[in-house]
Amino acid sequence: MTCRSLRDLDDPETNFEFFLNEFQVIGGGAAAAACFSLNSCLHAAILAPVLHERPQYGVIMNIHEYQAKEILRSFGIPVPQGRVAFREAQVERAARELGGRCVVKAQIYAGGRGKAGGVRLVATPEEAVQTAKNLFGKTLVTPQTGPEGLIVRRILVEEAVEVSREFYLSLTLDRQTSRYCIIASAEGGMEIEAIAEKSPEKIHLLTIDPFVGLRTYQARKLALALGMRGNVCEECVTLIMNLYRCCLEKDCSLVEINPLVVTGSDWLLAMDAKMNLDDNALFRHPEYQEMTDLSQIDPLEITAGEFDLSYIKLKGSIGCMVNGAGLAMATLDMLSEYGGEPANFLDVGGGAGRDRVAAAFRIILDDPAVKGVFVNIFGGIMRCDVIAEGIIQAASDTGCHLPIVVRMDGTLVEEGKRLLHESGLNVRFTHDLTEGVQAIVGMVR
Amino acid sequence: MSILVNRNSKVVVQGITGRAGLFHTRQCRDYGTNIVAGVTPGKGGGVIEGIPVFDTVEEAVRATGADVSMIFVPPAGAADALLEAAAAGVGLAVCITEGIPVRDMVLAKRALQESATIMIGPNCPGIITPGECKVGIMPGDIHLKGRIGVVSRSGTLTYEAVKQLTVMGLGQSTCIGIGGDPIIGLNFIDALRMFNEDPETEGVCLIGEIGGGAEEEAALWIRNNMNKPVTAFIAGRTAPPGKRMGHAGAIVSGGKGRAEDKIRALQECGIPVAASPARMGETMAGAIKKVARR
Repeated sequence: MTCRSLRDLDDPETNFEFFLNEFQVIGGGAAAAACFSLNSCLHAAILAPVLHERPQYGVIMNIHEYQAKEILRSFGIPVPQGRVAFREAQVERAARELGGRCVVKAQIYAGGRGKAGGVRLVATPEEAVQTAKNLFGKTLVTPQTGPEGLIVRRILVEEAVEVSREFYLSLTLDRQTSRYCIIASAEGGMEIEAIAEKSPEKIHLLTIDPFVGLRTYQARKLALALGMRGNVCEECVTLIMNLYRCCLEKDCSLVEINPLVVTGSDWLLAMDAKMNLDDNALFRHPEYQEMTDLSQIDPLEITAGEFDLSYIKLKGSIGCMVNGAGLAMATLDMLSEYGGEPANFLDVGGGAGRDRVAAAFRIILDDPAVKGVFVNIFGGIMRCDVIAEGIIQAASDTGCHLPIVVRMDGTLVEEGKRLLHESGLNVRFTHDLTEGVQAIVGMVR
Repeated sequence: MSILVNRNSKVVVQGITGRAGLFHTRQCRDYGTNIVAGVTPGKGGGVIEGIPVFDTVEEAVRATGADVSMIFVPPAGAADALLEAAAAGVGLAVCITEGIPVRDMVLAKRALQESATIMIGPNCPGIITPGECKVGIMPGDIHLKGRIGVVSRSGTLTYEAVKQLTVMGLGQSTCIGIGGDPIIGLNFIDALRMFNEDPETEGVCLIGEIGGGAEEEAALWIRNNMNKPVTAFIAGRTAPPGKRMGHAGAIVSGGKGRAEDKIRALQECGIPVAASPARMGETMAGAIKKVARR
């Protein structure tokens, strides 16, 4: 048995591991064998590894709760009645239509909104407007947003629902088996890690064999394990089947319903929903591009996305341009080790031409915090002369006089060096990685 | 000796007429790889760069006896290309393509598990046995034939390691980039097992990064099975939690998946971890010397 731990869902500070055992199938060996042969058996969380690998980032393919709920609804999954609002007047109208008493929910690309004051139960449309007034334009800081927080531009107004029970339900990729898996618990409403820590035996796991697909008997077993009986259980079976269908058709990398509730009148309802979409599948879903809320993404990251560059803004003063994600990460590690603070992560990619390199360099220089640039290129597919031409183009376009340290190696490196040397830019070459890192850290200090 | 590819490997290139496919076909052939066929649906019967082009992998295999496939098919068709390679009985399918949807790979991986085909990648630089056979996009000239195995989740970071090894006179038996995606074929342990059984590999350099638990599992496997020195490097120590660093697989959001957990796991299993990417070669040299002294 290998050990796997649950990844942190909501609080980057927490760090724990726990183990689960395979579910003891009641009814003996035959059932268990059948179950295992399909390799999609139900586990209870006792001492075996949990298969949760949760993508938690938001560059392109994050969507808001209200959008996730629209998608779920289109797959027949019941969600509360609600309206999205961009202005206070829309909040008031929505609250009236919903009968006055309702829930006002800030829509940002991060969880943990409740504790940050982003979710409020209100009694009247007037109170809803007052709450919305305080939320629109406000920057919410939650454990998932980082200290800079995210600005609220959209608000979801939803009917208030009487809740009798809460559950946790999610579907994501299990990296270890390379299959989708469903994670469920009768302890809903709190973060899955918290459940894992407090009562791991209450987490149930269902790994789906893609050849067989999800079968209703498996969904039923899961619903029964959650303690559901009768109509609610059958409703839940349908809901789980629809969830899997949704995940496949919409190319979701994560769907999380937390809480899934049984209402006072015994209906199932997805009270809160989070959905991440697989950005590699964008070509199948052109509609996703329009769903992106650009107010939730750093403007430099948006520009980088347009040029197909992988860029993440960081807090330091040394701009970095590197080819390859691994080398880029290692370069940031080295800068920090030598006392420098990287201003960004930027992977210019393998097949970038001169224009893309120039765009990358301009994005780095657009960050006012940048006091110097470190270029680390190992030319595999990249040609060093192309990199040099891109740098020269961007630097002359922007009139850049910042110190630049270039560490290049690989295809046509001498040509690249010659071009940069003749350009008259404030460039220093190094052949050695450590020397290059030390040089830029010294020049920026 | 080496693992997976050698001078006898016969390579078919799927997507040979595309820009990247053709460029790297030339590069690989110039390196000495025996490229026997290309496949591009609709272009069967043609010849490109003196290489016969077929409509299907099956035809290419039948006509040329190709046993390794190098895949440059665009993301929308790449999973299909993998399945086609497996159906045609190709023993090793190396998928360079980046950006294949997860849903496609879930199915492809499941199907490949039922076949005899080994998949490397996707989203990887490929595999090279220096001096014999290059199946991928790595720069050939930094490699030196020798006795160190290299296995890595990253591309350019692998080149960095190889270059350092070469400069120190430590040649390589075979270098494999296993890819940075959440779903990959050949994993660390598969490669380590092969290197362990390869009489001409003396030590293995393992390069990992944040996200997932593959390095931790490899560490345990090495402690329990490996009879050769292994050294490691892990990229992403300073990655901010919750941010995605280029590879879909390289996600860290606290807990497992963090570089420091991986480094600790490796060290606890007695594996030296290079403190900096500039010291990957040095670290391996030290480990080899230690074995020699024993």
